[in-house]
Amino acid sequence: MASAAAPPAPQEMRGADIVIESLVREGVDIIFGYPGGASMELHQALTRSKIRNILCRHEQGEIFAAEGYAKASGKVGVCMATSGSGATNLVTGLADAKMDSVPLVAITGQVPSSVIGRDAFQETPIVEITRQITKHNYLIDRIEDIPRVIKEAFHIASTGRPGPVLVDVPKDIQQSYWAAEFPETVSMRSYAPNQARASREDIESVAQAIKEAKRPVIYAGGGIISSEASEELRNLVKKTNIPVAQTLLGLGVFPETDPLSLQMLGMHGSVYANYAVNHADLLLAFGVRFDDRVTGKLEAFAKHGKIVHIDIDPSELNKNKVAHLPIASDIKYALQELNGIVEDNAYPEWVDEINVWRKKHPFSFQETEDDILPQHAIKLLYEMTKGDAIVATGVGQHQMWAAQYYPFDEPRRWLTSGGLGSMGFGLPSALGAQLAFPDKLVVDIDGDGSFAMNVQELATLYVEKLPVKTIILNNQHLGMVVQWEDRFYESNRGHTFIGDPDGTEAVYPDFVTVAEGFRVKAERVFHKKDLPAAYERMIAHDGPYLLDVIVPNQEHVLPMIPSGMTFDDIITE
Amino acid sequence: MPQKHTISALVENHFGVLCRIAGLFSSRGFNIDSLSVGETEDPKISRMTIVVRGDDSVLEQVVKQLNRLIDVIRVIDITQGTFIERELTLIKVNANTTTRTEIIQIAEVFRANVVDVSANSMTIEVTGRHDKVQAIIAMLEPYGIEEIARTGTVALLRDSTPKK
Repeated sequence: MASAAAPPAPQEMRGADIVIESLVREGVDIIFGYPGGASMELHQALTRSKIRNILCRHEQGEIFAAEGYAKASGKVGVCMATSGSGATNLVTGLADAKMDSVPLVAITGQVPSSVIGRDAFQETPIVEITRQITKHNYLIDRIEDIPRVIKEAFHIASTGRPGPVLVDVPKDIQQSYWAAEFPETVSMRSYAPNQARASREDIESVAQAIKEAKRPVIYAGGGIISSEASEELRNLVKKTNIPVAQTLLGLGVFPETDPLSLQMLGMHGSVYANYAVNHADLLLAFGVRFDDRVTGKLEAFAKHGKIVHIDIDPSELNKNKVAHLPIASDIKYALQELNGIVEDNAYPEWVDEINVWRKKHPFSFQETEDDILPQHAIKLLYEMTKGDAIVATGVGQHQMWAAQYYPFDEPRRWLTSGGLGSMGFGLPSALGAQLAFPDKLVVDIDGDGSFAMNVQELATLYVEKLPVKTIILNNQHLGMVVQWEDRFYESNRGHTFIGDPDGTEAVYPDFVTVAEGFRVKAERVFHKKDLPAAYERMIAHDGPYLLDVIVPNQEHVLPMIPSGMTFDDIITE
Repeated sequence: MPQKHTISALVENHFGVLCRIAGLFSSRGFNIDSLSVGETEDPKISRMTIVVRGDDSVLEQVVKQLNRLIDVIRVIDITQGTFIERELTLIKVNANTTTRTEIIQIAEVFRANVVDVSANSMTIEVTGRHDKVQAIIAMLEPYGIEEIARTGTVALLRDSTPKK
């Protein structure tokens, strides 16, 4: 195949080199890999290639980094681990990428074919383990399959609804030789991701529904980012002036600072976004999956309106909520077609009605004299960075506050673990994004619980010279669980204090000293008046920086629609 | 109303496809009544016949989730058309000199075959639809059934199905 262009006769290549060459042919220039016995052949081959390997300090860190890289850049993230515990440490990241539809290829070394099934050292059946948490996976059993399988893996990961693909490569196959042939194209009769295209009639029905609506709302999600359809969404709103609520994963698909933006909807979304959805006569659900954190009680969600649901994955249609108009389509294509025929429109009365709620219930908190409230810390960061940073988070209260108080005007600026809610996501995903955008300001807004879960990645920042800024909103508690304890369990603390039980006065652990041990510059801030200067030092510093911001632990994320409840049950104070 | 649906899925005849599908059913909480797998006329393709219970929305999800799997080539809800379905069952039943003739008569009525006889038992092979198998089992029960082995249902659409 390639022989026409390639001058010398094909030479025998080592299996490991064939794997790496296949990656190079997919345009990979950065991977996140941690070597071990069953993958060291691959790492040896990496040293002979142009690919840069980022040595994260834990396989969970490396796969979250690959996700951060993918979310920020739109390219396929690639990570590599050895067999056994190396591979099982990828499991959380694979499940995370599956839930949030992140394009990812994970390559694992496997014990030699001859000992598979014999409980060899560091043997786990990783293909069996990850079957339900990958979009697809492979165990390579012949060296001749490597180029095709890697090509298919990238194709599957990045097309249709994106997702993670795992390729398991036994060590003996890495060590054998073959005069490799690399296919130029993929041919799979059982996978046709480009078939999802809205029909003309469907698009006309949507245009007609918009024309007839008096109270339409767009419910925009991460599918629009995957499909790179943010521009098309903006054009639709330009023409129709329909207000836009965004999901946690969709933040930035539409400028959150636009007057027609309702910001985030759902459990901790804005009152006005939830009001609008609750009172809408037409819900335009684009690239979303009616997650329970968005809908609350399903029967009550958007119950007054007609629902149009467009998603590339047909299995999402009617899965949680039955749509009046379910359309299996790439959202970019559907929006382009819709923009071609939809009539100009505006809904001033409806928007005014929503704005009454916007004025009555903005995202808000009680300003303090001296204490640094986490909401304030994020708001100040937004102001001082002019909203232009790439922001990563862990999971919990700080994540929700970041979603509320750091509005995004562009997609791919926001890295968060939505579906799986994986604590420890912030630091590694931030470093992945920094590699995709070396010159951009990347900030990990983290909690003390989440941060500690992948703290070892401070080493990666130092060694790889990645100037990621980490802000720990440190309340010495697992704040979101504390909030639920306060609201629903009479404040009984069920192992949610993570400070020092013998000395509750001193902050524990001492993250500043920890960071210094990793040779990452760090400081701690207690007082509100000191925060702006600390931010300035952090942003100005040429290299990674950690800011341990001590915050009170009594704050609750509001508004809140308790799990399984409705808009009428919303808690605002 | 939960109903029985017979789904026929053509899948790549790869190692692990059965696990993929069984895992999908268990992780999504779909109830399988039976599942049978075998090669088709094309050795690279297997046919899985899955009998699943659920209402229309469950069935819609089953079909869509199956289609989502990379190794699945085509999924048909056979119950939508007219179809032939069969299962094969081996029934080992207590039999002595006095009951043997009665049992043979029952087997004849059901067009079942006697495939083994010993001093104390007989083994009957019966092929047919699920309800027919149920019926012969009910008839043989009074004699004392020792063991049963039954395959899952296999099914094909009838060629005489009018094309829509």
